[in-house]
Amino acid sequence: MSKRKTERLLGLVVCLLSTGRYLTAEQIRAAVPGYPEQDDLFKRMFERDKEDLRELGVPLETGVNHPFDDDPGYRIRQQAYQLPELRLEADEAAVLGLAARVWRRAELAGAAAGALLKLRAAGIDADPKTPTNPKGLDGGDEHSPLPQGIEPRLGRPDPAFGPLWEAVRDRRPVTFSYRAAGRSDPQRRELEPWGVVNRHGRWYVAGWDRGRDAVRVFRLGRIAGPVKFSGPAGRVTVPEGTDVRELVRDRDSGPAQEHTALLRVRAGAGVGLRRHAVSVRADESAPGWDLVTTRFADLGWFADYSASFGPDAVVLDPPDLREAVIRHLKGVLA
Amino acid sequence: MTALVTSTERLQRLLALVPYVMSRKVVGLAETAEAFGISERELVDDLNLLWCVELRAPDPYCPIDLSYEGGEIVVSQAESMSRPLRLAVDEASALLVALRMLADVPGLEDRSAMSRLIAKLEAAAGEAASVSAKVAVQVDIADDDAEGYAGQIRAALSARRRVHLRYYVPGRDEATERDVDPMRLLVVEGRPYLEGWCLRAEGVRLFRLDRVLSLDVLDVPSAPPAEAEPVDVDQGLFRPSPDDVLVELELSAAGRWVAEYYPCESVTDLDDGRLRVVLRTPDTGWVRRLAMRLGEDGRVVSPPSLVGEVREAATAALANYVVLSLATCGSTGGNCDSTRARVHSGREERLRR
Repeated sequence: MSKRKTERLLGLVVCLLSTGRYLTAEQIRAAVPGYPEQDDLFKRMFERDKEDLRELGVPLETGVNHPFDDDPGYRIRQQAYQLPELRLEADEAAVLGLAARVWRRAELAGAAAGALLKLRAAGIDADPKTPTNPKGLDGGDEHSPLPQGIEPRLGRPDPAFGPLWEAVRDRRPVTFSYRAAGRSDPQRRELEPWGVVNRHGRWYVAGWDRGRDAVRVFRLGRIAGPVKFSGPAGRVTVPEGTDVRELVRDRDSGPAQEHTALLRVRAGAGVGLRRHAVSVRADESAPGWDLVTTRFADLGWFADYSASFGPDAVVLDPPDLREAVIRHLKGVLA
Repeated sequence: MTALVTSTERLQRLLALVPYVMSRKVVGLAETAEAFGISERELVDDLNLLWCVELRAPDPYCPIDLSYEGGEIVVSQAESMSRPLRLAVDEASALLVALRMLADVPGLEDRSAMSRLIAKLEAAAGEAASVSAKVAVQVDIADDDAEGYAGQIRAALSARRRVHLRYYVPGRDEATERDVDPMRLLVVEGRPYLEGWCLRAEGVRLFRLDRVLSLDVLDVPSAPPAEAEPVDVDQGLFRPSPDDVLVELELSAAGRWVAEYYPCESVTDLDDGRLRVVLRTPDTGWVRRLAMRLGEDGRVVSPPSLVGEVREAATAALANYVVLSLATCGSTGGNCDSTRARVHSGREERLRR
């Protein structure tokens, strides 16, 4: 950290905020201490400073005071800079602290802490137990009990989240290599990302797959290696009415459970099978066993699941399911 | 702590510090340092830096005037810096996404604070809020049962009552009965959990709501003992223990999901998309079930005793198919296999339609 740079940037912000007029680079150099004498050094430093301010979200405007002015000037309009007036009720402020903690140790922890800092600066007293240091790390009480005894958290960061979130935010296409479920080698994908969604604790990105010419959903954990931008910002258009949550939900939730299976399940065992059973009754032809009728969606999945109960469950019907389980069990021994 | 702070991060803090003090008129050094997550010394450095800001043209002047005598900060002049900077896109998104997720948390009696706050933040963030619609975190509520249990847990928490659970443990395929003194309702990685002191285990345990078979709020006061430490959810829910058994599995490309679902000690890529993973578990019965489920897509490599257990279980399961089929035939008589097959394939047709 350079103290001189901080001082210079602060001076620049104050200077441009207090001027109603556009100030040229020369006028700024004269007003703000800390810029070098040499023109080329000044120019380079000033460019960097402008970029830094814009990255912080400072609305730096460029323009001229008169149509005849040669050099462009700069200013920051107070109205564009300032957080609008915001008043929170006590219960809203309590929820605010809780919301900021959701991201702790997850991807947007720093952003959440930054937001909380600004809201506190606006006079809002959020839950004082939530620290606002910019890294989003802990300073406060780790286990502070919440007003409502509720503590929601996101999981650990996914390395692909950062670049994909940036791409979604700035509407940039990306490429990455992706290992689809059950495939042995990763494939190159080019995607126009529309949104990222966390479902069942896992991150997904949905968008337009340029190679497949179709809408696709990818799981971030299956992206191998880095995510790279493959075009400039603003190149992605999200179709009107797109609901990324729905796209991910559709991909994730399986087909309806439209098949019925009949199993013989050892009495006192197979709790997992009985939990969602349609009916359970004692098997009169086989003492110590129950007959369990249950519904399933996918034969392969249900065959694997039935096999996991080992000698405690026997599929009686339908025959193709029964055959699949027998094949599967032989596979365990192969 | 300061070592890692960049110039722009410190600038952000300074820009927030002035309005923080101004909106409160007078505020203590210690309290402010705590709110900003810095030491009092760092705070004093910040205040000095602000006080020293000087603009030279057209006439030299100091735009910021403040004092912190007697540990009380007062900003008497700061012109245009009296309000904080607008929320950036990332900042607005982080809060809005989290709030929308919170509004989905089951068992909340009152979601109105969240809806009101969302509306206010959207209004304050303006354009920056619109991008937040592109990120979403969904809380997975398995079914109406889980929603109902969450409500009961909330009620038990506020009335400080013990609960009785019937709880499914898939690793052992068991329905267990336990009394639990509720501590918190957690939502971790999109799933709701009850955290509480389990009287049976004599320890703090987490219970996934979608595995609760039934829940009763008892007319007994809840009293978690003093040693009941809440789980640090930020460290992940899986706690390895030195008593755990290390299990090595070899997975085919189709079995790679195991590495995504369960925390692994190590994951090694083999050829053809295969993986070798090492898992830690207190309960090898769970791995036996996993191996039975994987079939040829996953093979236990070690420990050898577990390799034997899996083979035994599969052999016994296969034997059932022979023995129990015969039993069925014996009871219904004669040429039943083919009859059954015909009947069933007809039924299958109907089900598929």
